[in-house]
Amino acid sequence: MASSMLPDRTTGDLAPGEYIRYSRHLILPEIGVDGQRALRRARVLLVGAGGLGSPAALYLAAAGVGTLGLVDFDTVDVSNLQRQVLHGTRDIGRHKLDSARDRIADINPGVHVEGFPVRLSADNAYEIAEGFDVVLDGTDNFATRYLVNDLCVLLGVPNVYGSIFRFDGQASVFAAANGPCYRCLYRQPPPAGLVPACAEGGVLGVLPGLVGTIQATEAIKLITRAGTPLIGRLLLVDALHWRQRVVRLRRDPECPACGTREIRDLSHSEEVCAVPGPTDVDAVFAAVPEIEPTTLSSRLASGELLDIVDVREPHEWAIARIAGARLIPLASLESRLSELSPEREIVVHCKMGGRSAQAVRRLRAAGFKRVWNLAGGIQRWSLEVDPKVPTY
Amino acid sequence: MPTVNLPSVLTPLANGLHTLDAVGSTVGEAIDDVARRFPSLSPRLRDEHGAPYPFVTIYLNDEDIRFIGGFGAPVQPSDELSVVPAVAGG
Repeated sequence: MASSMLPDRTTGDLAPGEYIRYSRHLILPEIGVDGQRALRRARVLLVGAGGLGSPAALYLAAAGVGTLGLVDFDTVDVSNLQRQVLHGTRDIGRHKLDSARDRIADINPGVHVEGFPVRLSADNAYEIAEGFDVVLDGTDNFATRYLVNDLCVLLGVPNVYGSIFRFDGQASVFAAANGPCYRCLYRQPPPAGLVPACAEGGVLGVLPGLVGTIQATEAIKLITRAGTPLIGRLLLVDALHWRQRVVRLRRDPECPACGTREIRDLSHSEEVCAVPGPTDVDAVFAAVPEIEPTTLSSRLASGELLDIVDVREPHEWAIARIAGARLIPLASLESRLSELSPEREIVVHCKMGGRSAQAVRRLRAAGFKRVWNLAGGIQRWSLEVDPKVPTY
Repeated sequence: MPTVNLPSVLTPLANGLHTLDAVGSTVGEAIDDVARRFPSLSPRLRDEHGAPYPFVTIYLNDEDIRFIGGFGAPVQPSDELSVVPAVAGG
């Protein structure tokens, strides 16, 4: 392509052929030529090129955002492909940034991609985010969400937020001028182990598509100044029963990030998950004694009698199970205690160890003394003891 | 009577119900009523002392209860409470 045909990211001027590419935008009075030029000049940083980042990157590229920054350290895994539509089967094992770059170039070669193949941290966040106009939060953990929030508040850059779990989604715009931030909504994250990750709790594949495109919509609205962005409002979506609601989100004057401004740097932003919560919660979710999968296997092989209790759900039991285990889903544990003998040693497991840790605490609180959590759950059992047990 | 909307992640703890009728004249009483009827749900709504968590926001209609009186905020029979726990998936 001749240089005169290239779009200009500085002025936002469109190349001649791009009037056709963006014609459906240009004839919208809310966007028009000025809005399209603003998109061309815009620099949007996507933190995470996974479930949320995939549709957001695809639509922002198609919309003609001039520069997309992508932060992701991960490689493409086959289990990503159910929802991370930026990547394909042939990309398995590649760095997500590489497959993202190829896909974006195919959608719109006029988009400049800046890749950051690292985990966002307090040490690199300022340097990475410098010069971006909008940040889109597509991360998958609380620590990075609080880091992104504090970064955006400190830089005065809008944080287009989206979050998903199972069938539920949330979206909002944080850290806009005079608007609330993530800490105004949730001052503290839940203690580790209370909320399972998508890898354990599951997520409907299309849900990040819904929420990620909402985030892309909000980013485009912020850039083009079209409509009313989700500032001071929180969009809640329940895809299972199709309930949606927009609730008011107020700025909290006592918020340590945007209210009192006591958070002046990022030195503690990633530590939020380690910050002690209410004492009783900490006690409930304290560490539990564990047994290694290979240890359990050896003890069973030597003839020891141990009760193996699987606290997953019946639909997970149908996928994979450990021979000799019995299914008692976590929600029914208390009502089925009489099925267990306090005299026997009990090993509890789930998929990865989160739910079974809760079960161990409850069993110990109910008087069962010799109860262990199977470290890494059935996932590690499959990897280290019995590969015939499918991983999922 | 007021209703309590649960996100799908919590419905397994309430016999699969995503909307519950609750008895009570305040937010706290309505939440207590639901917690009594569904003990597994109870620790996901508020702590052992009955206080709200900083990672579970409860809305009375479209208002965050923290700004309108917390668990002491009065509720009317036509009101809707929504439980919105923090989620981090992406």
